[in-house]
Amino acid sequence: MSIDAVIDRLLNYESLSTDHDSKIGQPEYAGITTQAGQPFSPNTLINDARQRWLFRMIHSQRPLEEKMALFWHNHFATAYSKLAGAVGQERATRLMDNDPSSLAGSEPGMIQKLRQFATGSFPGMLLAMAKDPAMVYWLDSQLNTRTRPQENFGREIMELFSLGIGNYTEQDVYTAARVFTGFNWQVIGDRASTTQSYYSFLYRPADHDTNAKEFTFPIYPDGGKVIPARAAANGEQDALDFILALARNPATGRRLATRLYKFFVNETAEPDQALISSLSNAYLGNNYSIKAVLRTLFDSPQFRDPRNFHQRYSWPAEFVVRAIKETGWTGFTVNSAMTPMTNMGQQLFEPPDVNGWELGPGWISTSSMLARMNFSSTLAANQRFNLARDAQPYRQTPERVLEYALSRFRTMGFTTPQTNSMIEYLRSTAWTGADAQLQQRVPGLTRLIVGSGEYQFV
Amino acid sequence: MNFSRRQFVKGGVTAFTFGFAAPQVLCDIAFAQGVPSRNLVVVYLSGGNDSLSTVIPYRDPFYASRRPTLAVPAGNVLQIGTDSSGIELGLHPRLTGLKSIFDGGRLAIVQRTGYANQSRSHFTGYDIWGTANTTNTSGTGWLGRYLDLIAPPLDPLIAWNTVRETPRPLMARTVGVPAITSPATYAFSSPNTGAEAAFERTAQTRISSHLPVDRPHVAFVNSTTQAALGTLDRVATVATYRAAVTYPNNGFGQALTAVAGAMNKQIGTKVFWVQTGGFDTHAAQGANAGAYVNLMATLGDGLKAFYDDLNSQGLLNNTVVLVYSEFGRRITENGSAGTDHGAGGNMMLLGGLVRGGIYGTAPNLSMDPSNPTLENNNADVKWETDFRGVYAKIVDSWLGSNSVTVLGADYRAGAPNVL
Repeated sequence: MSIDAVIDRLLNYESLSTDHDSKIGQPEYAGITTQAGQPFSPNTLINDARQRWLFRMIHSQRPLEEKMALFWHNHFATAYSKLAGAVGQERATRLMDNDPSSLAGSEPGMIQKLRQFATGSFPGMLLAMAKDPAMVYWLDSQLNTRTRPQENFGREIMELFSLGIGNYTEQDVYTAARVFTGFNWQVIGDRASTTQSYYSFLYRPADHDTNAKEFTFPIYPDGGKVIPARAAANGEQDALDFILALARNPATGRRLATRLYKFFVNETAEPDQALISSLSNAYLGNNYSIKAVLRTLFDSPQFRDPRNFHQRYSWPAEFVVRAIKETGWTGFTVNSAMTPMTNMGQQLFEPPDVNGWELGPGWISTSSMLARMNFSSTLAANQRFNLARDAQPYRQTPERVLEYALSRFRTMGFTTPQTNSMIEYLRSTAWTGADAQLQQRVPGLTRLIVGSGEYQFV
Repeated sequence: MNFSRRQFVKGGVTAFTFGFAAPQVLCDIAFAQGVPSRNLVVVYLSGGNDSLSTVIPYRDPFYASRRPTLAVPAGNVLQIGTDSSGIELGLHPRLTGLKSIFDGGRLAIVQRTGYANQSRSHFTGYDIWGTANTTNTSGTGWLGRYLDLIAPPLDPLIAWNTVRETPRPLMARTVGVPAITSPATYAFSSPNTGAEAAFERTAQTRISSHLPVDRPHVAFVNSTTQAALGTLDRVATVATYRAAVTYPNNGFGQALTAVAGAMNKQIGTKVFWVQTGGFDTHAAQGANAGAYVNLMATLGDGLKAFYDDLNSQGLLNNTVVLVYSEFGRRITENGSAGTDHGAGGNMMLLGGLVRGGIYGTAPNLSMDPSNPTLENNNADVKWETDFRGVYAKIVDSWLGSNSVTVLGADYRAGAPNVL
C-alpha cells in the first residue's frame, strides 16, 4: 500500500470492524486476568476496563480511533477515583467506560463518547463533555446553581478544554459558571443495585441563572458578547451558545492545531506556524471537524519529513502497547502491564489532574525509566521461548542475532559503540548459539533494546 | 489533585543532561565527605490550600458570617495567641501535632503571602511559585537555580523528588533531580538471574552512556537511565531504614519516611520535594468533619512524626521544612459547602533552628470597601508578604547561597526573620 492509501485507511476507519472485544479471551490474542471469582466485568470493574482498553489498543483494526481516544482522555482529563469515592466502583466504572450494550438504556461512558467523537465535530464533543455525568461530578457542575455559582467547570472549559489561558478574564470565569448553572446528574435504573443502575445527565431549570450573561469575547457571529436573558426552561441554550462560541474562537483552533501537531508530528521543536495556521483554518473552515485537521496534518510535508520521525516521547500506554506488539503476547496478560504503567506515570482513567498528564520529557524520570526498563524485562521473560525460537535462524553469530533483533524492534537507530555494547553483551560468555543460550541472551537483548532511550520515542 | 504539568525548560535539555550523568566516581564525593549538612524539605499542598481554615482568625465576626457551614467554632480552635495587629488566631483543631511544635517555638507561620495580581489558575499559580517569577513562568525553578549554582561535580542525589514528575521548582539548567517515589521499588529487574542479570545491567549502563549532543532528548533519556542505574544501590540502603516513630500509613507519611531515611543514611541530599494533594476543596470541604479534617490529619500527623523522628535522631537542627500552596481560597464559602480559588495564603516553616511564631498580619474579613487586607471586591485575601521574601530568607540564611542570584531580584527587604 502507498502511504496515501495507508493514511486513508487509518483516517477513514468507520467501515472497519469493531469486533475487537469479541476477541477477548481467545488464545491467539493477548490475555486478560479477571479478579478472583469474578467474570470479566469491564463495565463495572475499573481494572477490567483498563485491560479492555489496553487490549483494544493492541488489537483494534482502528488504531487511530484508540490513539485519538487516548489523546482526548488527556485533553478532557477526568479521574475515576473521585467518581468512585462518590458513587462506588461499579457505577464509577460505568461513568468512565460503559458499553451501553451491557445494560439496557444505559449511556456510553466518557471514554466511549470520546471514541465516538474522536475525529468528529469538536463543538459536539465539548457539549457531550459538558453534559457527561462523569465530567459533571468531576468538576462539580452538580453544585453549580443560580444562587451559588461554582466556577470549577466554567474555568476549565476555557482554560484547558478550548481557548487556553490568556484569552479570557476572571470575570469571564464567573460568567461562564452562570452559563452552566442547573447542569446536574441523576441515577437511573435500580438504585439499590450498584451494577443495574447508572448515571445520566439532568438539567434542573430551577437552578439555572436566567439573567443575561456578558463576556469579553464574541459569543455570536455578529460579534455580540451577551447571552440574552432566557426562561429557565430554555436555559440549556446558554450552554449551546457558549460552547459554539468557544469552538468557533480562533484561539481554540490554534490551540487544538498545536496540540495535534505535537502529538502526531514533533513535540521537541517549536511547530511551524504556517502549518499551525493552515491546520487552524482547516478546523475553522470545516465546521470545526477534527478529521479535517488530521487530513491536513497527514497530508503535510512535515508529517512525512524523516526529520520529524521519533520526535515525541511515547506515553506509557503507547510504549507498553508497542512493546507488546513487537515482543509478542502469546500467554501474556495485559493485566501484567497495570502496575508498571502506574509506575511509568500513566494509569488509564486516572490522570493526575484536570490538566492531564505531563507530556514530553515530563514522562521521564529515574523511577519512570526504571519502570520502563523493568517492564521490558517482564515482557522479555514472559516471551523467553518465543523470542529464542524466532532467533534460531540467526544463531550462527551474535551479529546476525542483533541484526534480526534491530529489524524487529524499531528505534531511531543506535550508534556503533552502542551496537558494539550489545554484541559484547551477547558474547558475555563464549557464543554457542545453543537453545539454552538463546533463551537467556535473546530476552536479555530484547530488554536492552526495548528499555533503551532510543526506543522511548515515537 | 497533583499539579505539576510542565513543559521542559526551554533549551535546557542539553546542558541538563550532562549534569545528570555525572560519573559514579564523582557521585560519591558528597557521600564520602560524610558531613551531615543542612537540607531543605519542601512540602507542597497541591490544589490551593484554604489557609483561613488552617490558621483561623476565629474572633473575626465576618469569619462566621461568610462561612456559615465551614467556620470552626471559636471553642474548637487550637489557640496560638495574637499576631502583631492584635488578631487572635487558632490552628485547625486537627493540627494538634503542629500546635505542639508551635508551642516548642519551632513552627513559624507567615500570614498573607502571595504577590500582586495573584493567579487563580492552579497551573499558572504553581508555575509562579515554582519559578519565583510572576511574568515569565516558562523557565527554571528557584530550587533548580540554587542547584545550578553549586560547584560541580554534583552528587546525583543532591536533590530528591518523591513524586514521579520533576516538579517545576526543581527544574534546573544543568542538574537533574532523580524521582524516587519509593526506595523499596527503585530496583533493576532482569529476565535472568545471577551473572546473566549482571551482564545485562553492565550492558544497559554502557548503552545508556551514549549522550548524543545533536539529539538532546535521547541524551536526556539516556542520562536519566544513567542516573537511575547509578543511584540504585545507595537508594537501596535507604529502603532498609526503619523509623523509631510511627508515620501515618499514607503517601505523605511514606514519602517523609523516605526523606528521614535518606538523612539517616547520610545520603547528603540538600533538597527534598514532597507533596500531598486534595486541597482543591470546591465542594463538601467540611471544617469540623470531612474532607478538610482529613487533609489536616494527613498534614499535621505526617509532619509531627517526621519532626519527632528527626528530633530523636538529633537531626532536627539540620532541617528546615517549608510548607506552601499555589493560592489561598475564596473567603465566602460557595453553595457547595466548599471554597473557590482565591489569592493570598500562609506559608509555614518548621525545624530545629526555625524562629517560631506568627509573622505578618491576618486579613480583616470585613466587607468594608476600604478594607486594605482584601482584594477582588473583598472576595479574596490580599497578599502582604511577597512569597519570594521567604524564599530569599531560606536561600541566604539556610542554604548559604545568594538569593539575589537565585531569585533574579532582591527580595531580602521583605523577608520575615524566620531563620
